[in-house]
Amino acid sequence: MNKNPPTSIPTRRARQRTVLPGFGLSAAITSLMIVGLVVIPLAVLILRAASLGPAGFLAAAWTPRARAAYAVSLGASLAAAIISSLLGLLVAWVLVRLEFPGRRILDALVDVPLALPTAVAGLVYSTLYVEKGWLGQILVPVGIKGAYSRLGIVLVLVFVSLPFAIRVVQPVIESLDKDTEEAARLLGASKAQTFLRVVLPGILPAVVTGFALALARALGEYGSVVFISGNMPFKTEIAPVLIVSRLEEFAYAEATAIAVVLLGMSLSMLIVVNVLQQRLARNAQ
Amino acid sequence: MTLSRPSSRPLVTVALLVAVALSVLTTGCSKPSGTGTATTPSIELLNVSYDPTRELYKDINTAFAKHYLAEHGTEVSIKQSHAASGSQSRAVIDGLEADVVTLATWPDVEAIAKSGLVKTDWQHRFDNGSIPYHSVVVFVVRKGNPKGIADWPDLDRDGIEIITPNPKTSGNGKYSFLAAWGSVLAAGGSADDARGFVERLYRRTPVLDTGARAATATFSQKGIGDVHLTFENEAHLEVDESKGALEIVYPKRSVRVDPPVAVVDGNVDRKSTRHAAEAYLGFLYSPEGKAIVAKHHYRPWTADAKGPPAGFPEIETFDITFAAGSWDDAMKNLFGEGGEFDKIYQPSGASN
Repeated sequence: MNKNPPTSIPTRRARQRTVLPGFGLSAAITSLMIVGLVVIPLAVLILRAASLGPAGFLAAAWTPRARAAYAVSLGASLAAAIISSLLGLLVAWVLVRLEFPGRRILDALVDVPLALPTAVAGLVYSTLYVEKGWLGQILVPVGIKGAYSRLGIVLVLVFVSLPFAIRVVQPVIESLDKDTEEAARLLGASKAQTFLRVVLPGILPAVVTGFALALARALGEYGSVVFISGNMPFKTEIAPVLIVSRLEEFAYAEATAIAVVLLGMSLSMLIVVNVLQQRLARNAQ
Repeated sequence: MTLSRPSSRPLVTVALLVAVALSVLTTGCSKPSGTGTATTPSIELLNVSYDPTRELYKDINTAFAKHYLAEHGTEVSIKQSHAASGSQSRAVIDGLEADVVTLATWPDVEAIAKSGLVKTDWQHRFDNGSIPYHSVVVFVVRKGNPKGIADWPDLDRDGIEIITPNPKTSGNGKYSFLAAWGSVLAAGGSADDARGFVERLYRRTPVLDTGARAATATFSQKGIGDVHLTFENEAHLEVDESKGALEIVYPKRSVRVDPPVAVVDGNVDRKSTRHAAEAYLGFLYSPEGKAIVAKHHYRPWTADAKGPPAGFPEIETFDITFAAGSWDDAMKNLFGEGGEFDKIYQPSGASN
């Protein structure tokens, strides 16, 4: 980039102008939207929580029970995001590279979790995995408890976060140049080498982005989890349930304090992942 | 459609959505003026209620509209909103333009009163402390009552699993907790006895659903637990739905469930709907209203009534005051942060 001759800059600017007409207006609408939809609500959230003062904040958001809930939320979300990104990579690869009957239907099905009210998913999953459910009848006797357990939480979180992991990776795989892979093979690279050294570096940044989106989605999920987790304090209670409990007491500030911790966790994870993703992208070039 | 190919499709989608939204909005707006004939004035009421009353108010609304048109020559159409009682209360406080609220618990209406939208004397506006009907917490058990559950002490036996929603997030859950707690006091036990009983009960509660209907699904659809604590009206729906797989057991005594109603003064005065709103809630006390209430298994209130309303089994009841002093006390000491319910759950090797 730095080596570009300075003369090229004006032409690039001119081109950008034609590509994006009404730049001022678009920028104004964009920033207005971001401020109105994200910044102001988040600011209100933090202000509410701040009204408690440091001691009150800790008393509301850092109790043993709340810490246990963060651990459950974070642990299950991390597990779900890891599974989703690996599974997402596989599904995206299959959808892009393989031709088989029903591929388009499968492709459309990927978006279903986004459209389905997640409470429905939670209810269906828990009905399937309880001791008397279709799957539970087989799984519970061999010691796999898919309902009212942490495993259950991970299951529904994979369900709600998988579309993000797939849809982020898919276009990147589509844009991969098959010639490069063929060239690598012709130059004597094994299949594994071709995948690890040629294909993976190109798609890894997208996989990481998918991981981040899946994680953020999973951390805030409420509707599906409450139906399958059993909500037992210190065991399967997630942080959003505590927020709802406090709201029931009309304790807004205390509820937002928990929300702020959750938000902080989510944001710091996203930052870490973003840095990682940028490094990977730089290495890939 | 995938997210992968940028195309003009998003624009088309947005345009379509906007078009649909606009058409819905315009038809929605044109309806009120379109349906009423030129001579009949018409008004609209919004009743903000909680989940289990959906079927009840559907019937009440139809009957009331007929009644009000005959009586006052005005067409009323009543819109309903149903969700968890606590969140409905917060929605009204935050600006949902309810004309009347018919909520699950006293604190939910009192919170609106504290915000100023409902006058503080709301409990004296209608008979029986503005409680037109009540219910009781009863047991639902599997067909044939295989565990022989007849009264509260039976729930204390080893191996009996109890299904009830989380009292911190559910009004139904709060009443079940109060019923269990009060049953010990009513039998002559001390507060310590009640604490022990309730603790043992919740230790054998394998799932804490966040709402009443979720707990119903856990018990009836997923087959978990031996006994489900719930409101009598909900129990009837659950048993009817199960087609013979479940049955109701009435304990000797239980808590009286008192769902209060109130006119939202701040909203009706601004919308000039006070007359209809008051008539609407008053209708719940009329013979016709009571018949509908009873049909949906709520016990209608009757002045100087002896014994239960016709068709309802006898059951000894106690109220919140008896079980916990007052709702404020209950919310703080039993269900508040660090209260009796929280104390049941302690960090314990936190494994699964």
